[in-house]
Amino acid sequence: MARRWKIAIAVLVVFLIAGLLTFPGLLRNVLRLQRASATEEQARREIAQLALTTPTDTPVTARLFWASDTQPSTLQPSDVQLSLSTEPVQRARQLIAALIERAPSPERRTLPPDTVLLQFYLLPGGTAVADFSDALTAAMPSGILSEQMAVESIVRTLQANVSAARRLKILIRGQEAETLAGHLDLTGFFPPRPRLNLSRTVC
Amino acid sequence: MTKALRPPFLLLLTAVAASLAGQAPAPTSPRPGAAQLPRKLSALVIDPAHGGADSGARGSGGTIESEVVVDFGRAIRVALEAGGFHAVLTREGNQGPSLDDRSAAANGLPDSIFIALHVSSTGTPGTARAYFCTILPAPPRAPAAAGARPAPQAPVGLLEWDRAQEPYVALSRRLAELVQIQLAQRFQGSPETPSAAPVRQLRTVAAPAIAIEVSSVALDSAALSQMGQPLGEALARAAAAFQQSLAEDAAAPGAAR
Repeated sequence: MARRWKIAIAVLVVFLIAGLLTFPGLLRNVLRLQRASATEEQARREIAQLALTTPTDTPVTARLFWASDTQPSTLQPSDVQLSLSTEPVQRARQLIAALIERAPSPERRTLPPDTVLLQFYLLPGGTAVADFSDALTAAMPSGILSEQMAVESIVRTLQANVSAARRLKILIRGQEAETLAGHLDLTGFFPPRPRLNLSRTVC
Repeated sequence: MTKALRPPFLLLLTAVAASLAGQAPAPTSPRPGAAQLPRKLSALVIDPAHGGADSGARGSGGTIESEVVVDFGRAIRVALEAGGFHAVLTREGNQGPSLDDRSAAANGLPDSIFIALHVSSTGTPGTARAYFCTILPAPPRAPAAAGARPAPQAPVGLLEWDRAQEPYVALSRRLAELVQIQLAQRFQGSPETPSAAPVRQLRTVAAPAIAIEVSSVALDSAALSQMGQPLGEALARAAAAFQQSLAEDAAAPGAAR
């Protein structure tokens, strides 16, 4: 065998051994990164869950709005037994969490299941600010109808159960988003039960 | 949809429209009278939504919204031109114009109307609904402190780009009603009245503007494409009725709006 072939084979063997030695480490790093990502999401959920239980919680019948299972493309109120805080901000957080997690069926869901309410504020004057995770936009089914039903389900649920909330502003990860998922305008403030009112809401 | 770059905060829409039409700029007047409401219908701007990197809704069977709406646009243009109308498409291929570029296509054409085309990912397949714009109210302002400078107002005669639709909402609603009547006749299960929604694309259009959303990408592309011709016929009839209503407005005593 020629000398150059021997050298080439030796180099290949060296590379092969080096690869075999480093492969388990690389695999461990990849798995660790995957776990870290899942853990971060889990931690966020757990923090959100912890904040949802308050000393003032009392069992009440809350009215939540999901997609109708009988009339397509409309919202339907459902009465649900929940433990809700008497404090408006915590109460709103609990309601939105229930809206996301307790849809009676996947077909009636209006918000993507991975959505997390990151923060909720209630400003003097009744302006509610709900800050959602990216999942609200990234996992939202595309379309005017689906986006409108998503927003309206939040607005109507708050209106039915949190009297202090008079209008809603939606943020995504703390930032103002131009649209929910490409269609619905998120730059404004959603009034309670959006209705056509030419004199007040302009359109 | 792709994020649009902000246009200049204010745009002299009336002057632009007038200059494109070869006329002198309209005299300034307080808003919303600065908007030149159409008295006739000269052109229809058809906007197949999405495009470019933004494919819109995708069906499990491979239906892609951005492609289907272009087919719709072509079918609609054929029907409108057969009805004697001038139709303009904002895109005919897989380009992805910004939201404001699409609006500008209508804002630069005097006496035009704007129709955005969408296919939803939800809703009863085979139905279609028309939307007109609701512009969300601004938050209530806190009372100004004594001696504080008043908030800046748009100069007289100018329209704010972000609220360009505002003076046209009543006409947009009328157009949406006429369109929805035609859609309900052709697509069984469609609502009989249009919907109001804060559709971002419509907000910056300084002309009567609606969005039509067909359900849904659950249908295959061939089935959806078959809806293009009746969709075009519906729009041609609605456009004729809208043109008639504008003529009646113009002929009415005290027609200055």
